[in-house]
Amino acid sequence: MLRKLFKFNGGVKPATNKADSTREPIKAVPLPAQLIVPLHQHVGGTPHPLVAPGDVVLKGQRIGAADGNVSSAVHAPTSGRVVAVEPRVMAHTSGLTTLSVVIEPDGEDRWIDCEPISLRAMGADEVRDELRDAGVVGLGGAVFPSHLKLKPAKGGTDTLVINGAECEPFITCDDLLMRERADQIVRGAEIMQQLLQARRVLIGIEDNKPEAVAAMQQAVSARGAGTMEVVAIPTRYPAGGAKQLIRVLTGIEVPHGRRSTDYGVQCFNTGTAYAIADVVDRGRPLVSRIVTVAGNVERPGNYEVLFGTPMDHVAALAGVKPGTDRFIMGGPMMGFRMPAYDVPVVKATNCILVGSPELFPAPAPEMACIRCGECARACPADLQPFELYWHSRAKNFGKAQEYHLFDCIECGCCAYVCPSHIPLVDYYRFSKSEIWARERQKDAADVARDRFEFRNERIEREKREKAEKLAAKTAAGRAAVSTPATDTAAAATPVTGSDSAEDSKKALIAAAMARAKAQREAIAPQNTEALTPDQQAQVTEADARRAALAPADGDAAAQPTEQSAR
Amino acid sequence: MSLNSPYLRKPTSVTRVMAEVLLALIPAVAVYAWFFGVGILVQIALATVAAIAFEAGFLKLRGRPIGRSLADLSAVVTAWLIALAFPSIGPWWLVVAGTAFAIVVAKHLYGGLGQNPFNPAMVAYAVMIVAFPALMSQWPGAGRLDASAQLDLIFGGARAVDAITAATPLDALRTGLRAEGSSVNALLQGEGFGLFAGHGWEWIAFAFLIGGLYLLARRIITWHIPVAYLGSLAALATIASIAAPQSYPGPVFSLFSGAAMLGAFFILTDPVSGATTPRGKLIYAAGAALITWIIRHFGAFPDGVAFATLLMNLCVPLIDMKTQPPVFGHKTKN
Repeated sequence: MLRKLFKFNGGVKPATNKADSTREPIKAVPLPAQLIVPLHQHVGGTPHPLVAPGDVVLKGQRIGAADGNVSSAVHAPTSGRVVAVEPRVMAHTSGLTTLSVVIEPDGEDRWIDCEPISLRAMGADEVRDELRDAGVVGLGGAVFPSHLKLKPAKGGTDTLVINGAECEPFITCDDLLMRERADQIVRGAEIMQQLLQARRVLIGIEDNKPEAVAAMQQAVSARGAGTMEVVAIPTRYPAGGAKQLIRVLTGIEVPHGRRSTDYGVQCFNTGTAYAIADVVDRGRPLVSRIVTVAGNVERPGNYEVLFGTPMDHVAALAGVKPGTDRFIMGGPMMGFRMPAYDVPVVKATNCILVGSPELFPAPAPEMACIRCGECARACPADLQPFELYWHSRAKNFGKAQEYHLFDCIECGCCAYVCPSHIPLVDYYRFSKSEIWARERQKDAADVARDRFEFRNERIEREKREKAEKLAAKTAAGRAAVSTPATDTAAAATPVTGSDSAEDSKKALIAAAMARAKAQREAIAPQNTEALTPDQQAQVTEADARRAALAPADGDAAAQPTEQSAR
Repeated sequence: MSLNSPYLRKPTSVTRVMAEVLLALIPAVAVYAWFFGVGILVQIALATVAAIAFEAGFLKLRGRPIGRSLADLSAVVTAWLIALAFPSIGPWWLVVAGTAFAIVVAKHLYGGLGQNPFNPAMVAYAVMIVAFPALMSQWPGAGRLDASAQLDLIFGGARAVDAITAATPLDALRTGLRAEGSSVNALLQGEGFGLFAGHGWEWIAFAFLIGGLYLLARRIITWHIPVAYLGSLAALATIASIAAPQSYPGPVFSLFSGAAMLGAFFILTDPVSGATTPRGKLIYAAGAALITWIIRHFGAFPDGVAFATLLMNLCVPLIDMKTQPPVFGHKTKN
C-alpha cells in the first residue's frame, strides 16, 4: 500500500557509513571483570540503591528502585556480588560522577524467577507500574521513562509511531534488531497499542534499510496485525527525530513545548518496543541493549551489551584501530565524546563510535559568516541559524529567543553545511545554557526576595504580637495595682483610641512607671536605726518630696488602667 | 579533540563558494573579451592585484590572519565584479581607486567579510560614477578598438573621447529618445544595437545568464532573487512598452541590456549585503528591479543596477526582520 508521506524542510544527507556494521548478526559480549551500573540512567528522579556492598545479586534483580513516578528502576545485569556502591564517572561528556552499583559477576549469569505479565488480569495502571519497575525507558537516546508515555491521551490516541528510522550515520543497532527480532518488536508495538488504545500503528523506517523493512513487514503480516503498517520513508537526516518522523508519517507538526499526544500521536523507538515485549511476555526487566560499535575499528558490528559493561571492553571485540583519540556515545551528528574509554554502557548508549583524527578531522578554522543561508536551508526546524548565531555571538540572548532558539533540536545540520566552518550548534548550546543559568539566577533571586519579604513580614508580625502581648500583660498588671483614685480618673477621662501603637506605647510607659512606683513603695528603708540627725533630716526631706510627687504619679497611671477596664 | 558534535562536516568552504562564483563569471568575461577586446582582461588583472594588496594590507592593520582570509577569495570576487561593472577602457587608476574604496571603506571599515551592509563592488561603482562621471561613461564599441589602443587608453594614452567610445545601448536609447520624432523601434535599428539588445552586450548578458544558471545548479544561489529581479524588470518593461511602445523598449531589451543579468545573478545575490529569507529575497529583488527601471528611464545615470542594489541594501535589515519564515510547529494551528 502506498501511503502519502509528508515532508519536513531542510535536513542533510551525510554519508551513512552503515554497510560495514550490518554484515554480521548481533553478537554477544563476554562478561567483563566488573559491571558499573549507574543508578540514574534516564530522565527523572535518581533511583535509590537497594543493595549494599557484599550483597549477592541475581540477573534481573532490582538494585535501584524508581524514585517516584517520573523515574525508572535499575537491575543487576548479571548474577554476582556487589563490590561497591559509590560514585563513578558516568557516560556523559561532562565527566561528572554518579552513584553506581559495581558488580563482580560470578560467571553464572543466573536469572531471577521471571514472571510474565498477564495483560488481561492486570489493569493498565498496574502494567505501567510493572514497566517502571522493569526499568523500561526510551532506547532511542532520550531515555524518557516509557510507562509515563503509555497512558491514553485525553483526546484518545490515534497513531502510535514506532521509530525505526535510525538516521544518524554509523548507527545500525535498530536496523539489526529489526532484521533479527522483528517479531518481538511487533509484539511490543501491539502491547503498546493496547495500553494506548491507539487506532493504528505506523512503523517508520528509512528506505536505506530494505532488509529491516522486509523483516518488519513480514512480522506484521505474520502476526496478522491489521492496524499496523510498515512505512519506508526517504533517507534524510534527521528523519529519525521524533517530531520529524511524526511530520513525515502523519503530516502533523508538533510545536516546541507541546507533546505529540496533544495531537493524538505517540512515538517509541523500536528497541523500546522490543524491551516491553521482553518484560510482558518473559518477565525480564531491561538489563541489556543492542549497541553498534563503529568508526575506527577493524570489524564494525552490533553487540548485545549488558548495562554497566565498560565501553572499551565492548569496543575491543570489534578491534580498536590505532590512532583512536576518542569514544563518542551516539552518532557523529549528535553524539557526545566520552570523558574516558572505560565508562559504562547505559540505556542511552546506542552506539560506541570510535573516533580518530582521520575519521573525524578537526574542522577548518572558523571563518566569518557570509550569511549564505545554507544553514537555514538545512535546518529541519525552519530556523534561521545564522541569525541565532549573530545574536548568540553578541550574547543578545533575548533576541536569540525571539528567533526561536529553543526550537533548535541541536541536530547539527547547520554546522554540517556551514562553509565558514562555524560550530553553530555550540553557540546555541552556549546560549541555551546561559539563558538557563540566568533563569536559575532569577529564580534564586526571586526565592531570596520572597524569603526576605517573608522574613520582614515575620519580624513585623512578631513585633506586633509582642507589643500586643505586652500591652495586654501591662493592662492586667495595671488593673491589679490601680487605686480608687485612678478609678475616678478613669471615669473622668473620655474613652479614646484603643490599641493603636501610641496607646500601647503610653501603656508601656505608664506600666513601667507604675512598676517603679510599686517597687519604690515596696522598698523598706534600710539601715535607718543608726542615722545621724543630719541624715534623718535628709530622709524626712526626701519623703516630703516624694509625697508631693505622688498625686502626679497617680494621674499618669490612671489612663491605661481605664483602657484595660473597658 | 575537545570539539563537540557534529563531528562530520560537509566538504565545503567559503573559498569553494567564491571559486564557484568566479567560475560562473568566466563565460561572460570570455564573451566580453571576444567582442570588446583585451581591455576587460587587463582591468580584471588590475582590480585583482589591487584587491589582494588592499585586502592584505588591511588584514595586517587589523591584526587578522592574512593568508587564511585572502584564501577565501572574497576580495577577488569583488575585484572581478568591479572590473565588469567599470568601463573596460577606463584609465588604470580608475579601477584601482574603485577597488581600493570597495575593499577599504565598504568592506574593512565595516568589519570585514560578512559585516558590510553594502555591496562593495556597487559602492565602488557609485562612488566613481559620482566622482568621475565622464570617465565612467566611456564604454568601448564592439570591435572598434584594437588591443594596443585599449592598452594605451588604460595606461595613459590621450583620450579623444568621442572618436573612440560608444555610448552604452541604454544610454544611446535614452539620449536618442529625447530627440524629436524618434521611437524605440527606429533607434534599435541603429548602430550599436544587435539582435535583441546592444550589439555584443546582449551576448555578454547571455553569458551572465549561463553563469547564473550554473550557480543555481550548484546551489550557490537560490532562485528567489534572479527570478524576482528579472521577472519584475520584465513585467515593468512589458507594461510600459504596451502603454507607450514608442518610448519604452520591451522586456527582452531590458533584460539583456546594461547590468541586469550581472545584477540578477551576481550582485543582488551577494548574501552578505542582500536579504536572506525566502520572502525577503523576493521583496528585495523586486524593489531593486523597480529602482533599476526608474533610474534607467528617468534618471541621469547610464544604468540603475548599482544604485538599486545600494538602496535595497539599506532596506535589508527591515525586510529580513519582517519576513522571518514560520518555524517548525508554528506554521499552522493544528
